[in-house]
Amino acid sequence: MHPFVLERPRDLSAALSFGAQPGRNDAPVEYIAGGTDMVQLLQEYVRRPDRLVSLAGVLDDGIEIGPQGLRFGAAATMAEVAAHQGVVEQFPLISQALLNSASPQVRNQATMGGNLLQRTRCPYFRDVGYEACNKRAPGSGCAALEGENRWHAVLGTSDDCIAVHPSDLAVALVALDASVELRGTGGDRSVPLSELHRLPRDTPHLETVLAPGEVITAITVPANAAGLRSHYLKLRDRASFEFAVVSAAVAIETAGARIRQARVALGGVGTKPWRLPNVEQALADRSLEPGELRSAAALAAEGAQGRGHNDFKIELMQRAIVRAVEIAGAHA
Amino acid sequence: MTAALIGKSVSRVDGRLKVTGAATYAAEFEVPNLAHAAVVRSIVANGRIASIDTAEAERAPGVIAVVTHRNAPRLAYQPHKGLPDAAVGERLHVLQDDRVNHQGQPIALVLAETLEQAVYAAEVVRVTYRNEAAATDVAGVDPVLPTGKPAEWEIRRGEPDSAFEQAEFRVDQTYVIPRENHNPIEMFATIAAWEGDSLTLWDKTQWVHNVAEEIAAVFGIAAENVRVISPFVGGAFGSGLRCWPHVTLAALGARVAGRPVKLVLSRREMYYGVGYRPHTVQRVALGASRDGQLQAIRHEGHQETSTYEEFTEALLSATRFLHACPNVHTRHRIAPMNVHTPTYMRAPGEASGMYALESAMDELAVALDMDPVELRLRNEPDKDEFKDLPFSSRSTRECYRAAAERFGWAQRTAAPRSMRDGRSLIGWGMASATYPMNYAPASAMARLLPDGTAEVMSAASDMGPGTWTSMTQVAADTLGLPIERVKFTLGDTNLPRAPIHGGSMTMASVGSAVQAACRKARDEALGGAGANDLEEAMKLLGQAIEATADVAPGDETKRFSMHAFGAVFVEVAVDPDLGETRVRRIVGAYGAGRVVNPKIARSQCIGGMIGGIGMALMEHSAVDPRNGRVTNANLAEYAVPVHADAPPVMDVIFVDEHDPHVNPLGVKGLGEIALVGVAPAIANAIFHATGKRVRELPITPDKLL
Ligand SMILES: Cc1cc2nc3c(=O)[nH]c(=O)nc-3n(C[C@H](O)[C@H](O)[C@H](O)COP(=O)(O)OP(=O)(O)OC[C@H]3O[C@@H](n4cnc5c(N)ncnc54)[C@H](O)[C@@H]3O)c2cc1C
Ligand code: SF4
Repeated sequence: MHPFVLERPRDLSAALSFGAQPGRNDAPVEYIAGGTDMVQLLQEYVRRPDRLVSLAGVLDDGIEIGPQGLRFGAAATMAEVAAHQGVVEQFPLISQALLNSASPQVRNQATMGGNLLQRTRCPYFRDVGYEACNKRAPGSGCAALEGENRWHAVLGTSDDCIAVHPSDLAVALVALDASVELRGTGGDRSVPLSELHRLPRDTPHLETVLAPGEVITAITVPANAAGLRSHYLKLRDRASFEFAVVSAAVAIETAGARIRQARVALGGVGTKPWRLPNVEQALADRSLEPGELRSAAALAAEGAQGRGHNDFKIELMQRAIVRAVEIAGAHA
Repeated sequence: MTAALIGKSVSRVDGRLKVTGAATYAAEFEVPNLAHAAVVRSIVANGRIASIDTAEAERAPGVIAVVTHRNAPRLAYQPHKGLPDAAVGERLHVLQDDRVNHQGQPIALVLAETLEQAVYAAEVVRVTYRNEAAATDVAGVDPVLPTGKPAEWEIRRGEPDSAFEQAEFRVDQTYVIPRENHNPIEMFATIAAWEGDSLTLWDKTQWVHNVAEEIAAVFGIAAENVRVISPFVGGAFGSGLRCWPHVTLAALGARVAGRPVKLVLSRREMYYGVGYRPHTVQRVALGASRDGQLQAIRHEGHQETSTYEEFTEALLSATRFLHACPNVHTRHRIAPMNVHTPTYMRAPGEASGMYALESAMDELAVALDMDPVELRLRNEPDKDEFKDLPFSSRSTRECYRAAAERFGWAQRTAAPRSMRDGRSLIGWGMASATYPMNYAPASAMARLLPDGTAEVMSAASDMGPGTWTSMTQVAADTLGLPIERVKFTLGDTNLPRAPIHGGSMTMASVGSAVQAACRKARDEALGGAGANDLEEAMKLLGQAIEATADVAPGDETKRFSMHAFGAVFVEVAVDPDLGETRVRRIVGAYGAGRVVNPKIARSQCIGGMIGGIGMALMEHSAVDPRNGRVTNANLAEYAVPVHADAPPVMDVIFVDEHDPHVNPLGVKGLGEIALVGVAPAIANAIFHATGKRVRELPITPDKLL
């Protein structure tokens, strides 16, 4: 572990003044919230900031549901949001995604902001015994392309990086059109979650659109996402406590036996939380009959590229969409 | 006289200590003036260290010393081979030269005032290598017969080749098991403290005496001068049988620092320093007549080993006697690679070999359109056909019967994909299990005190199976004292010698020694006092009575073939669209001799079943074939079963078995047979559910799409 100074600012403006920048390995200053991901990265010598700015106590942790929709502070924990009565009733997709994440111990400690900005599980990124990782060391190559890439993405990849964004929460949120509220020294702005993370392209070390110093202060979900029938399906090698091999977040509105509108996002397969507008359009006005769902889900494979060990995900993710829609539709 | 304790479900005597955190594990001993160690490990699999720059590390805060091959004391490395060491080859020598033999090999040791300082300084040691071509992909290595004793590695009975060719029904398939790591919860840790030429080690180990002897040989000192203390072990599954290089590093560090040193491995380091179940490739060919009589068995297998040691395990042993067959050929080979030496992992050899054999038996049953239990019953041998000896006892028939009945096997419809529950395909599968009865020389001491309590001891180990408890039970039962009055102690070289805590032999060996020592002490006390009651006798005597006993096997291995046998039945549910498999029920029946503590024995078996679920469905060290690094060297990506994977029904049946031949206690050992058979039963159940035969573990969803 690289020695660092832990800053414990009194308030948010003091925190912002350090110019921390999440998600860049060359940043000398980083934020730490619950620490469940950051501490691992520090221990493994993947992250080596000189300064860590603690967000403990300076960010809002409230959860509110109003006419505008749902808003929770970035410091709310995974456990708090998952168990919140209003979330469970009106935004069950979020609660489900959270309860399918990590373990109760981790959920008690981990925050919403940290969850969205957790780093990839790509084993080459996390093992400094490998020199080649463009995300960790820009220009060094990508050990995963020809390596053990069963864990890796098939959507949104580039020849420089195929790492999956691992958050389950983000998959549910992106399906529900969530936005993140950011605050920097220059002021506040709101960014759709779908635009928070960048595609790897040839700059996989730049993961988000956050400017230096900016923090996520809150996450908002519009009211129109409430009351949709939804399901978060998470597939993995063991029954619990594992990141997704493939996951699907779907929310649908039905009229009789037909789908009126659908939102579909995938996890475990994308370099960022992956929304699928083409599948959504195709699903609209279809019946819940498996064959119809399947031909719509097939559009998810557009542009998908396997790299060997992860080829199966292209098929599995389509089946996951079908199943998730079926289950959501069956909740009538 | 109190009621008999052997055979009773006594709760763990160390349970409270463990759940309240009061049990002291190796890294937790408080030793004054402790320095901390961190290891720098190679990131190449084969080559030489071209340069090693320690300047920055030496300047880092708190650093006491940085030890590399350039400045390390030369160690004696006298010949020593304990039972868990590979018979052929020489152990890895640490920090003695510039050679790198495997990924993660220790190449420098940093000693510092705090752990954080040591770890940081280790990170800034700069190393360059002269890389040499490395063999790190099993598929690219030509297997060879191990050195020496060719008769052990290739065995033929009858005319296996022609018998196979002539057989009316044939199966000939290849089965692959990836490398698996033990992944105990407790990390390996050693605290080393020298006093002159005497060394004390607080260590995580399954055999304190072997650690003392190995470290004595490495440092060229007398084994009597090394004391090893290891009262609690937080799981090991065989990884603690050998004395690994990190123990040498801790002792070396303590010598260099001139003060006690603590070394705790990180989770990632656990994948590079304490062995693993080797990757194996096995081919099984079975030939049978129309009525299901086996006419030929050919079973060959090879497994990875290091370039410096020939590790072998009992991969093909069971094939030679489990099923009756006149024509048998087994051939065991090794693939030497630039990896560190594999080691024994729960049911080493048997678990892997039986996965292949019992999968092939299932394939044969399908080819014959015969019930798999029936196929096995038709091939029940009446003796060990390999050794040409009678079995001391063999309860296979009763195990098949009892487990099948409890499971409801009669309701099974034979055709694949014929059983369903909602969307799920249901599969029922079974397999046999066997594991040798091992019994080795052991000693114990019993001390009876005037207050009517007893202290009983042996340098055994308890990595989880319940040695603390079962030995207390045997002692109290033999002495006729209430269990609270007996204190058992283990895990210290100052105590009478016990054999290795592996091979499922602790109950048989240490248990028999404890029984003998307690009998001796009791007889002495009663005789000396002329009393009938032990408590009264001790009061009368007014002084302690001590007795030591040594037990050792006689010639029974020459007269009998001695093994535990079992049968495992499994129900799985497979999602046909998504490929996810969940195990719903496991029923295991075991003929394992006398069961000293049914509660703890059941726990052992449940642990084995869950371990078998891991082996069948998820465990897999994803070794990068390009360079030998373990890509998933952590517990997030190396999946072991969690609670949710444990089936709601795990039924354990101990069939009644009295075996007077095996050892004085009449026990056969359970720790390992509990794992054998589970993976093939699951694989067979998955075939029954889906019609897909997966011949490469683990059976993850992608293989069932
Ligand atoms: C064993 C284990 C299993 C897991 N399994 C899953 C799983 O199945 N699914 C899943 O989705 N996740 C899983 N996780 C990941 C877990 O959800 C994240 O580690 C957690 O959400 C991170 O939150 P944190 O508050 O601890 O963040 P930290 O570790 O403190 O920070 C993470 C990153 O976010 C940045 N950051 C934190 N808060 C802010 C903010 N408000 N503004 C700007 N930057 C910020 C930090 O600088 C850092 O780069 C698992 C984690 C563990 C340890
Ligand atoms: S996939 Fe991305 S994170 Fe993984 S090794 Fe390649 S560049 Fe690094």
